[in-house]
Amino acid sequence: MSLDAQLGLRIGTLDLDVGLRARTGETVAVIGPNGAGKTTALRALAGLAPIDNGYIRLDGETLDDGGAINVPPERRSVAVVFQDYLLFPHLTALDNVAFGLRSRGVGRNEARRAARSALERVGLDTVADARPRTLSGGQRQRVALARALATEPALLLLDEPLAALDQSARGAVRRELRQQLSAVTGVRILVTHDPFDAAALADRLVIVESGRVVQTGLFAEISARPRSAYVADLVGVNLVRGIADGNRVQIQTGGALIVATAISGAVSTVFHPRAVSLHADAPTGSPRNVMAGHVTGIERLGDRVRVQVAGPIPMVAEVTPAALADLALVEGSPVWTALKATDITVFPS
Amino acid sequence: MPWPWFAIAAVTFAFLVLPLVGLLGQVPWSTLGSDLGSTEATSALRLSLVCSVWAAALAVCFGVPVAWVLARVEFPGRSVVRALVLLPMVLPPVVGGVGLFYALGRDGLVGRYLFQWFDIQLTFSTAGVVVAETFVALPFLVITVEAALRSMDRRYEDAAATLGASPWTVTRRVTLPMILPGLVAGTALAWARALGEFGATITFAGNVAGRTQTTPLAVYLLLESRPNVAIGLSVVLLALCIGVLALLRDRWFGVG
Repeated sequence: MSLDAQLGLRIGTLDLDVGLRARTGETVAVIGPNGAGKTTALRALAGLAPIDNGYIRLDGETLDDGGAINVPPERRSVAVVFQDYLLFPHLTALDNVAFGLRSRGVGRNEARRAARSALERVGLDTVADARPRTLSGGQRQRVALARALATEPALLLLDEPLAALDQSARGAVRRELRQQLSAVTGVRILVTHDPFDAAALADRLVIVESGRVVQTGLFAEISARPRSAYVADLVGVNLVRGIADGNRVQIQTGGALIVATAISGAVSTVFHPRAVSLHADAPTGSPRNVMAGHVTGIERLGDRVRVQVAGPIPMVAEVTPAALADLALVEGSPVWTALKATDITVFPS
Repeated sequence: MPWPWFAIAAVTFAFLVLPLVGLLGQVPWSTLGSDLGSTEATSALRLSLVCSVWAAALAVCFGVPVAWVLARVEFPGRSVVRALVLLPMVLPPVVGGVGLFYALGRDGLVGRYLFQWFDIQLTFSTAGVVVAETFVALPFLVITVEAALRSMDRRYEDAAATLGASPWTVTRRVTLPMILPGLVAGTALAWARALGEFGATITFAGNVAGRTQTTPLAVYLLLESRPNVAIGLSVVLLALCIGVLALLRDRWFGVG
């Protein structure tokens, strides 16, 4: 039970050649900037864009071999949550969710019954008869997910599922989506350009640049050891796990982080190396997280330097070469780190 | 804004509205009921209603697939095909009627076989009126529906396909409902055009009272002999056209 795909196709200036493998019950994030070919890869998996060469195999069945075989989208056990959801504007939320079952030959009443219980599961039964345009962004996202999951697809594709939401709604929806995805059987492929989405939702990452895979692996591995400045930009973030109690997250290695969102239980915290500032002396000011440590590694990537700092919480800071020279940092130098609570994204792990 | 613009605009507006005032000024309001109740008037109105509804229905049945092909299929000569489909919009209707006569008339290109094999004669028949009205009404339906299909976000069709909908189900449950406003507008325009059709009808189908004499033909013929009936019928046509404009107002006149 798995997805095994090698996607080769050319559309306009894009020359895509990407391999994707995922097991059932796993979420793989395809991550890259706009124009890298993420959405095209997703369309190929869905059957909306035929591949020129390669193959797509889902649970042993060949869906596309770049030649004679190209199973049309309606006969693939694949569902998509589109970036702007594409809920049918002329149908109610309920009929949107029932659409897949109706299309697959389920009777109207039975499809509506199933759709209603799917909406109940995501807490949306009260808006079942509303048209999509009257729903909030978060509600639309949940309806789109319920619609995609109603047919119990073997492969679920999510195209930037949180990009259409404003920043204030994103954190809550992200946590909720994480919970819902964990209950989905089948393979999940998530396309995103947001490292925080990838960290919260994916088990493994596939980094794509200009149509090619440049690095794959677990989030923690890649974020700790990005192979290029490009990958560092995308996912070179700090990921620290701990136990939260209110705004305080106790880290296993000792030390604690103060976060802006009150939460409890086992959590992951993510913050960008750019959010970590380095100081020669103990800084005073607004940042809630100030720690002493020493430099364990210095790595130059393009026009910036990634400095590894060991301390109560090991982390990576990203500074300019000029800043590094001013602080006269070398391996082993003592250094203070400062990090604002509001720069930390936190979600249950 | 220079003042001559206002002056020209005012004169033009008057030019467009004055005929309506002239018509309404002549309406014999006291006898309007009996004028419209006369045999000539009722049979012309009934015939117009039947023929124009048929023409609009046929325009939808045959025009939507044409709009679909023009909007969605790329083929060499598409712009030529579109130009030919839209030609009846600008063609003098009487020329269309002459063309129809030599194509579908009893001795016409195709018409002779319709007559020989199926005993169908379109000239001087109510069916001929429907054919002439469909001919002039079709382009209005096609151009409106094609525009609606082109402006529709096709990713909704992709979304439907990924949910398991066959191409026919996508058409029925997503595409047609989403272009419905355009389809309604196109149908209304086609119907209004069919209702007012004169030149092609009289040339192709003739002017047989009760069979091919539609309201515009009756208005023209009765203006001499029974002007009150002709004016009454004109007012009915005017009212129906205002109704169509009211139906289209959101689409074409925007705010205000």
